[in-house]
Amino acid sequence: MTRNTGAPEAPDSTDAAYTELPMPDTLSIHSGQLPRQATLMTVVFAAAIGAVGGLILGAGPTVIVLLAWAIFLVALTTWSTIVEGRRKGTDRLVNAMVWSTFVIAMLPLLSLLWTVITKGGPVLTPDFLSRDMTGFAALGQGGGIYHAIMGTIMVTGIAAIIAIPVGVFTAIYLVEYGAASRLAKMITFLVDVMTGIPSIVSGLFAISLFIVITGDPLPRLGIGGGVALALLMIPTVVRSVEEMLKLVPDDLREASYALGVPKWRTIVKVVLPTAVAGIVTGITLAIARVAGETAPLLLIVGTFPSANWNPFDGAVQTLPVYIYTSLNGTTDPKYGDIWTDRVWGAALVLIIIVMALNLIARIIGNIFAPKTGR
Amino acid sequence: MKRTSFRSIAAPAVATIAVFSLAACGGGNDSDTELTGDAGDTSVYEGLSGKLVGGGASSQASAQDAWIAGFSTVASDVTVTYDPQGSGTGRENFISGGYKFAGTDAYLTDEEGELSDATKNCGSTPIQIPNYVSPIAVIFNVEGVDELNLAPDVLGDIFAGKIKKWNDPRIVADNKDAKLPNADIRPVHRSDESGTTENFTDYLDAVAKKNWTAGVVETWPKEFGGEGAKGTDGVVKSVTDGEKNAIAYADASKAGDLGVAKIKVGDAFVGPSADAAAKILEVSPEADGAGDTAMIYDLDHTTTEDGVYPIVLTSYLLACQQYDDEATAKQVKGYLTYILSDQGQTIGSEEAGSAPLADDLRTRAQEIVATIGS
Amino acid sequence: MSTMVDPGPEAPETAPQQAKPPTRLGDVLFSKISLVSGLIVILFLAGVGTFLLIQGLPALGASGETAYGEPSIWKFVGMLLYGTIYASVIAIVIVTPLAIGLALVISHYAPRSLAKPVGYLVDLLAAVPSVVFGLWGLEVLAPQLLPAYKWLSEHASWIPLFDGSVNSRSLLTASIVLALMALPIVTALLREIFAQTPRAHEEAALALGATRWEMIRLAVFPYARSGMVAAILLGLGRALGETMAVAMVLSATGTGYLTLSMISAENPNTIAAFIANNYANASGAKINSMIFAGLALFLLTFVVNFAGRWIATRGQNKG
Repeated sequence: MTRNTGAPEAPDSTDAAYTELPMPDTLSIHSGQLPRQATLMTVVFAAAIGAVGGLILGAGPTVIVLLAWAIFLVALTTWSTIVEGRRKGTDRLVNAMVWSTFVIAMLPLLSLLWTVITKGGPVLTPDFLSRDMTGFAALGQGGGIYHAIMGTIMVTGIAAIIAIPVGVFTAIYLVEYGAASRLAKMITFLVDVMTGIPSIVSGLFAISLFIVITGDPLPRLGIGGGVALALLMIPTVVRSVEEMLKLVPDDLREASYALGVPKWRTIVKVVLPTAVAGIVTGITLAIARVAGETAPLLLIVGTFPSANWNPFDGAVQTLPVYIYTSLNGTTDPKYGDIWTDRVWGAALVLIIIVMALNLIARIIGNIFAPKTGR
Repeated sequence: MKRTSFRSIAAPAVATIAVFSLAACGGGNDSDTELTGDAGDTSVYEGLSGKLVGGGASSQASAQDAWIAGFSTVASDVTVTYDPQGSGTGRENFISGGYKFAGTDAYLTDEEGELSDATKNCGSTPIQIPNYVSPIAVIFNVEGVDELNLAPDVLGDIFAGKIKKWNDPRIVADNKDAKLPNADIRPVHRSDESGTTENFTDYLDAVAKKNWTAGVVETWPKEFGGEGAKGTDGVVKSVTDGEKNAIAYADASKAGDLGVAKIKVGDAFVGPSADAAAKILEVSPEADGAGDTAMIYDLDHTTTEDGVYPIVLTSYLLACQQYDDEATAKQVKGYLTYILSDQGQTIGSEEAGSAPLADDLRTRAQEIVATIGS
Repeated sequence: MSTMVDPGPEAPETAPQQAKPPTRLGDVLFSKISLVSGLIVILFLAGVGTFLLIQGLPALGASGETAYGEPSIWKFVGMLLYGTIYASVIAIVIVTPLAIGLALVISHYAPRSLAKPVGYLVDLLAAVPSVVFGLWGLEVLAPQLLPAYKWLSEHASWIPLFDGSVNSRSLLTASIVLALMALPIVTALLREIFAQTPRAHEEAALALGATRWEMIRLAVFPYARSGMVAAILLGLGRALGETMAVAMVLSATGTGYLTLSMISAENPNTIAAFIANNYANASGAKINSMIFAGLALFLLTFVVNFAGRWIATRGQNKG
């Protein structure tokens, strides 16, 4: 009950309990209380002082905000300490600081989304989305990211084709077959290790593997990107599917066995359908995560000016690599900032794709999730 | 709750799908550039088709982009790709046969057996043609200073971190009229391995050995410090957008609106221009190993010849005289012929700022390319 | 672990086939496929180790040119390890208070109706691709931080951390971006842990008249201590391996400098960023050196992640 009350004011009733605690810093038994609007009043006060002080010092808006924030913290704490006692003062200080972290964490997100949308939005024309970088595009005329979008879809798709079956069946093994066997424990451990593989290392792995397979000193293959991304995706898939399978009540399994249904049919017909929403959500989130990966693709799939649908032959352009390499794209200055525009346009498309996958995952999770009382 | 969130989610998802279906009809570009100049003997372009893969020095990447774009207008069925992976990778893949032609900032030598290996792969001595000659500009961004004259020893000391202030007496000595601020110099260099760094340090090593003690290097010597930026564009951006008082070296065609220093040659100060850069090949001796198919030069940076700009990047094109496959031989011959044609040289200089080859050199190169066969 | 009820008519523990007949073909096939998938995971990871070793070990003799100008491969890797760890540690120092605060907002401070959207916003931060983070760090964040760096350099350059010529693309900028990227995962772990505090402990503290902060200090933190350490270690593991943001933001040449300064142009370099920025130009033995560095990074993240998980499970067993 008390855990989630949002209002910073503590209820009066607790005041009575103070007498039971040793409180050397509080002189009166019933300490006072700040007015209900204390926080708001202090915010206004701090903002005013900060602005006036900042203007006198000739500081910029950032400094003014910081100054006001510091004044707010000090003022609120001091006021509360004087009126309500030191413990209440500390509580208010912590309360303000905790909420500050939320603001600090949200500022970059807002700034990032704002920048990408305002800079990338105007670039997203039908031409930009339907053209590739062949012909005169590399010189600064027209051009687009059609081939990069298609490449990202293809490479991510390959990764999904590899990672989903392996991940799902591994999770089935861990939950339904392996149980507490030594092998299952080892696999669980290794999946944990895989979770921590740095993305660039998976790229190095893919390139080492395909150097050996193809004998080419510099392999550039779409399938290589798929393998590298699958390596990053498998642990996420295993983890989320495993969690979901564990949530399926054993009663269901037992009921099915009691009816004489074989184990594998029980898994296919009872266990998996029960957990399907969570599984699909987890897999979609895993796809979203690898769709934005850059480092491994930079090493193994390279860049290509047009769409390449053959994953076994030659480089494939993908959106993240397109963004990274376009940062260093140069053309004659007469074409202006075309590369900068392309970078932001591609960044916006990539964010839209990744966020859309995330939202789809959440819709699935919300709509199909079993209703719980929690 | 559920309904509203579903609607807000659906909109972007639908938009994304619309984008993809719209893009699915895509690919291809058209252009409005008018090509000038004669494309040469058009009979070599007839009946060409297929894929031609090359790569190497990133210095000539934008010139290659220009040539590929131009070439696609005379031989539209050939897809040429140039992978700007760097000179070393270019040479290695040329030797292994992965690249049918390659760009490199350093000609082939037998110090590491590269020349013999390439000869073995080609079946005869490989072709080496200087196809990209471009001045390296010393760019700067200092408030109120538009013109800057630098002597070689001063330039060496600035980049070696020994001259630290813009109003150092040694800089002032050559720039009596400029209002040089009492500010720290912020030297910016390429953080990646590059031919630009190699040619720039080659120049410093030749003319200011006492001041520049690191020799000729592809990677910036750390002991001299300064800010590192990736790629030509990264360097230019860092000088343009970063705080003032920066100085850097970069391909002259990318200098844009930045100030460009004049360099002391003999008794005069010369600014970078394509013509002034092209002259250096005329006054430089051929390197050891030059021959019927190898037009290679050791640049004479110490020249005092009138009107020569001494900091120049020369990049070579590697190809074989014979290819096993007749189709490949024709593709390479066609592409190289286009590069050396009037049109090729014009588009290269207009779009990538490379200096057109002098007529006698070009004739010689064309004669070499004409011998390519199977 | 989960309480798995013995799965049915056949199959006691390890050898289901030896159990009672009849063995159904479907069952055998299905269990085999599951087993093989598990083995593929093992194979995958063994493959990562093997191929990195095959391609990386030839670099052991590298020096000079092939070790990117360092006298030995160990110095080469050592320099990069220094930068990798330093950048990640700064990031973790930044992220720890932020994540604790943020997790407390979600678990204890925000009213129920607000906690969910807040958690969702934090997850949104995790969804931003790293290359976009790098782009933002380079184009938006770095210029914003420059005035602060200048101020630090003018007033605090006697501290080695703020020494040197000021630059916006410094280690601190890269670390701030890293911190933002590690924030969602650390927050997510912490809020799980905070939420697990027994309700009875919290209510007991409040009943004794503790303020909310005292309740958190007395009931939540002691209970969550090992979980917090684990969360921070896992965040560190994430920051160590992050590539693109550092590669795009940091001004670093070659293997970087052994410096403490966080705001200058001369920075240490990280393994991942070094590989991303130099791979294109590498050939021959340099590729081996690079893969060797990748192997070192793999081992480092493995150790950190392992420590994190170990502390987490130990804490769970104890609690």
